[in-house]
Amino acid sequence: MALVLWGLFGVDMNVWLDAFLRLQLIVIVMTVTVMALIYVERKFVGRIQMRLGPMRTGPYGTLQSVADAVKLLTKEDLRPATADFWLFELAPYVTFVPVFMTLLALPFMEDWGVRDLQLGLFYIVAVSGVTVIGYIMAGWASDNKYALLGAVRSAAQLISYEIPLILAVLAVSMVAGSLNLNDIILQQDTIPNALLQPLPFLILLTATLAELSRRPFDIPIGESEVVGGPWVEYSGIRWSIIFALTEYAGLWGMAVLGSLVFLGGWEFPFGTSGFWGDFDFLYQMALVFAKSSFLILTMMLISATFPRLRIDQLMAFCWKILLPFGFLQIVINGIVLMYLDSEVTRDIALFATSGALLVAMAYVTYLATRQPSREARVAAMVAARSIQ
Amino acid sequence: MQALFENYLAVLLAAGTGCILVITAIIGAKLLAPYSPNREKATPYECGMLPIGRVRTQIHVRYYVYAILFLIFDVEAVFLFPWAVSLVQAGEVALYSMIVFILILGFGLGYAWKKGALEWK
Repeated sequence: MALVLWGLFGVDMNVWLDAFLRLQLIVIVMTVTVMALIYVERKFVGRIQMRLGPMRTGPYGTLQSVADAVKLLTKEDLRPATADFWLFELAPYVTFVPVFMTLLALPFMEDWGVRDLQLGLFYIVAVSGVTVIGYIMAGWASDNKYALLGAVRSAAQLISYEIPLILAVLAVSMVAGSLNLNDIILQQDTIPNALLQPLPFLILLTATLAELSRRPFDIPIGESEVVGGPWVEYSGIRWSIIFALTEYAGLWGMAVLGSLVFLGGWEFPFGTSGFWGDFDFLYQMALVFAKSSFLILTMMLISATFPRLRIDQLMAFCWKILLPFGFLQIVINGIVLMYLDSEVTRDIALFATSGALLVAMAYVTYLATRQPSREARVAAMVAARSIQ
Repeated sequence: MQALFENYLAVLLAAGTGCILVITAIIGAKLLAPYSPNREKATPYECGMLPIGRVRTQIHVRYYVYAILFLIFDVEAVFLFPWAVSLVQAGEVALYSMIVFILILGFGLGYAWKKGALEWK
C-alpha cells in the first residue's frame, strides 16, 4: 500500500538508514507523548480531586511539561559520596532502554511500525522484563535504606506480576495462533480479542498497572512509606529520565500494546480495505489513538480513585488469584481450540468460558477480601483472649 | 534469514538510540545545571538526619522465595509460547502433555502455598 506521507519508507533504502529514520520518528513522537501525558494526568487527577490542575504556564497550563523539563534540566545532579559509581550511573540506562526498545515492535498503523517482528509479542514481554534490573541496580547503588527497601519491593512486585502478564498475552496468542502483532490485529476485523478473552484483558490491565508501579500498586515507590523507592538519591535530569520518561513511555507503550492486541488496533470496526484509499492511515491513526487513550484514561482513573494496596494483599492477589485463573484460561483455551472447528461456535465458546472465569475470579476475590462479620470478629477476639 | 537480520539490526540500533538519548540528556544537564557539591549534599537522604547504621544489611528470605517461584514459572512460559502458537497443528498429544505439565506446575504452586511460601508474614 502506497502511503503519501510515509512514501519515504516504501522506497528501497539502506537498512541502517531506514531503521534509523524510523527510530528518530519514534523518539520525537515518544517525547511529545510523554510531555502530553504528564500534562493530561495532572489535569485529569486535578479534576477528580476538584482542583483545576496546572493553570499558570501557558493557556490552561499547557506549557507546564515544558517548564518542568527546563527546570529539571537546570537542576543540580547529585550523587551520594558513598554510592557505587558504576551501578548508580548505569541504572538510568538499564531502566529506560528496555522501555524504548519495546516501542520498536508496535505497529501503529497498517504497514507502519519500526519493524514487523515475527515474535513481536514475545519480544515485548521479554524486553520489558529487563527494567527490574535497573530498579535493583539503582536501589543497591544509592547506599540509602529507603532505596534498598524500594528496590527489593519492586523486584518482588515486578517479577510476580510479569507472570500473569505473560499468561494473558499467551492466551491471546493461542486464539490468534501467532505471535506476530500484525497477524493478531488482522484477525480482529469483526470481533476484538477483548470480547473473546475478557479475563486475559483484565489481567493485562491489572498487571500493566503493577508493572508500571502505578497507584494502587505503587508499593515500591510509595512516597509516604519509602519516599520514592529506588530513586530517592536521583535528582535533576537523571530523575526525570527514570521517572517521567520511563514511566510515561512505558504507560504509552503498554496502552498501545493493549489496544492493538485486545481492542483490535487499526483493524477492528472498519476492516483493512478502508474507504479513503491512500489516506487510510489517517483513520487508522485515529483509531489507535482513540483506543490507547481510552486505556490510558482508564488506568489514570484507577490510579486516581483506588487506595494503595498492602504488600501482602498485592502478592496474594498475584499468586493466589491471577496466576491460577491465568493457567485455567490457557488450559480451557487449548481444549476449546482443539475440539471446536467452526469459527462461530469457537468464538461463542471462547467468550462463554472466559466470561465465566472472569465472574468466578471476581467472586473468589470478593470472598477473599470480604470483611468477617461482627460476630466472627468478636468470637476471634474472645478466643485470642482466652489463649492468653 | 535476511529479513531476520534486518529486523534484529533495528533492535540493536534501538538499544543504541536509547543510550544516546540518555547520554544527550545527561550532557545537556552537565552544561546547563549548576554544580557545587559539599559534604552535606553528598550524604544519603534520611529525612534530614545523618544516616544511622549500615545500609547493606540482610534482606528477608521471602523475597528470595518469590524469586525462585518466579524462575520456575518464567522458564515454563518459554515452553508454553511455541506450544501456544502451534497448538492446532501439533494435535491432541501436545495438548494433553501440556495439560499434564501445567498440572505438575499447579501441584508445585499448591505445595508452595501449603508450605506458606505465598504468605507475607
